[in-house]
Amino acid sequence: MRGRSMRLGGAVLGAMVAVGPVLTGQALAADKLKVGFVYVGPVADFGYSYQHDLSRKALAAAMPDAVETTFLENVPEADSERSIEKLARSGAGLIFTTSFGFMEPTLKVARKFPKVKFAHATGYKRSDNVATYSARFYEGRYVCGKIAGKLSKSGTVGYIASFPIPEVVSGINAFMLGAQAVNPNIKVKIVWVNTWFDPGKEAEAAKALLAQGADILTQHTDSAAPLQEAEKQGKLAFGQSSDQFRFAPKAQLTSITDDWDGYVIAQAKAVRDGTWKSSDTWGGIKDGMVVLAPFTNMPDDVKAMAEETTKAIVDGKVHPFDGPVTKQDGTVAVKQGETAPDPMILGMNWYVKGIDDKLTP
Amino acid sequence: MRLDLVPRIRRSAVLDILAPALAFVAAVMVGGVAVAALGVSPGAAFVTYFVTPLSDVWSLQEIALKAAPLALIATGLAFCYRADLWNIGAEGQFVVGGLAGGWVGVATHGSGGSVWILPAMLAAGALAGAAYALIPAVLKVRLGVSEILTSLMLVYVAQLLLDYMVRGPLRDPAGYNFPQSVGFEAAARLPYLMEGETLHAGVLIALAAVGLGTFVLARTLFGFEVRLVGASPRAARFAGFSDARLTLAVFAISGGAAGLAGIVEVAGRIGQLQPEISPGYGFTAIIVAFLGRLSPPGILVAALVIALTTIGGEGAQIDLKLPLDLTRAFQGLLLGLVLGADVFARYHVRLVPGGPVSRTAP
Repeated sequence: MRGRSMRLGGAVLGAMVAVGPVLTGQALAADKLKVGFVYVGPVADFGYSYQHDLSRKALAAAMPDAVETTFLENVPEADSERSIEKLARSGAGLIFTTSFGFMEPTLKVARKFPKVKFAHATGYKRSDNVATYSARFYEGRYVCGKIAGKLSKSGTVGYIASFPIPEVVSGINAFMLGAQAVNPNIKVKIVWVNTWFDPGKEAEAAKALLAQGADILTQHTDSAAPLQEAEKQGKLAFGQSSDQFRFAPKAQLTSITDDWDGYVIAQAKAVRDGTWKSSDTWGGIKDGMVVLAPFTNMPDDVKAMAEETTKAIVDGKVHPFDGPVTKQDGTVAVKQGETAPDPMILGMNWYVKGIDDKLTP
Repeated sequence: MRLDLVPRIRRSAVLDILAPALAFVAAVMVGGVAVAALGVSPGAAFVTYFVTPLSDVWSLQEIALKAAPLALIATGLAFCYRADLWNIGAEGQFVVGGLAGGWVGVATHGSGGSVWILPAMLAAGALAGAAYALIPAVLKVRLGVSEILTSLMLVYVAQLLLDYMVRGPLRDPAGYNFPQSVGFEAAARLPYLMEGETLHAGVLIALAAVGLGTFVLARTLFGFEVRLVGASPRAARFAGFSDARLTLAVFAISGGAAGLAGIVEVAGRIGQLQPEISPGYGFTAIIVAFLGRLSPPGILVAALVIALTTIGGEGAQIDLKLPLDLTRAFQGLLLGLVLGADVFARYHVRLVPGGPVSRTAP
């Protein structure tokens, strides 16, 4: 039964890939490394999934004769195991699963396909053929916080947040610490929208925050809707994941952009060369994984400060979580002269002092 | 001139089967045009969508897994819709069922793995789903509140409740504060039926539910009551059937089925509680219920067709680079055409002279 059905499926697949070499007359398609990407959102979100897809295209452009890329978009986290296994079964040698919720399914499929390599974004469980990667987004948030602290006239910044996972919470804290560094009385108001991508909900949250007196918006969701709302109302905002300047040329101050190109290409090269090893990568501005879009719509002195801060982070002179860091409840999290260790940032589930919101204990 | 729909006195069995089949063919043809417009050969797309998924054992298992919750939920919904009652909130009942059953799995974690854990989880899931569905039913019976609105709104309540539970009380203490519970132990997981850790025992539960639903609807007094109330509420009242009792019963059945589907998904494929446990099964099941014309055997076929197109759609994304939107558009087209074709199976269409007239057909 199994042999027969495999032949049937194989024949169909074979007929399809056979078209490739005939047209190009080059190396057999089967020789190429197939690289699959699994996205949680649509590639047209102009944010997180879009940015990942740019890296897929960058990979295809960088190694056109060596790789063949493919992707599945809008994959629900609750239903991702089949999608990941489907890619593994269709011959992918390297698979990027790009959302935290894909962690357990990725590990399970990886156990079944020990020869296929997997790279999972933002998770913390690894195995022999599952690597993890993420970016130190909080570094960019700190710079944004400083800009907002300088520019806000009302003294209130609106923050549209997705899910209270450590990545998002540490981002909120880094933003607040940056803002407090220039304006100790700054207020940050938070709206949780419980989604990564929902332009309607994000726009509603933006309206609510602006109505409550915020004059600068920042977001940890993926659509450009909050930026557009700020643009419409003549306020300022930060972009997210991707440079969203074209959506809000008068409102975008900068954008915390993910740049996975280098990582994706290096992983594919390593698989081709047979040198791939499971690893944990957590890159920041220095590594080029977090890129701040050009500083726009701000006076020169603020721009200079933002550039200085960015440089200080790259040089290691400033760390967003340099002590003293005080928690909301008044206890000291990081002492004067110390810096928060990575595990503390990776598991952050508390707010710093001054944030007007409560986290579920 | 106007078109008039006149109900057929005797429905033709041949037409009843032919109508959805022709609708399927028409949907494939329209889909083929769309595929060709995207620069892909319609023949290759047909093979990828409908043939390749049926040609290997793994895909067949995946189709069964995808169809199982849809068939289970839709069978429950058929009781509601047959009785002309509108439970739109199966998604919420699914989530509550998964949460309640999963809670049992979390609470018994590390207790030594008694054989009673899994049955207790399934029972908790079904009961919680039924209880949750009774909220709109009681509101309707007691206060006359529209069950369509309340059952739908309760979906969001259920999703946020699950979200709260996995971030708070049920969070894995060793999970770096990420919103998810501990992974269930083997005793709290549905056993796999085949090698390769794909097909699990949940599909048997769904099959049993379809069989039971068929029997109850066709062969029992209660099934007769459901059908009668839907077809002719006045006649049902004369026959002494109670509206209120029936409302409560069908909501409990549909909620129980959805809740059971929820815990089957959690104890089967997912294996832990997480903020999102359903890719919209509760809503898709409404489509499945109508594609299957509210009869459990038809629902089983419809669930398999929807599962096939979903899995074929993934293959089309990978092999032919066809967008996901095309799959979704095709599924919508299929529903529209099947329901449309049904009109012709149930009515004669007549061309009548004269202007517009008040509607007589139901």
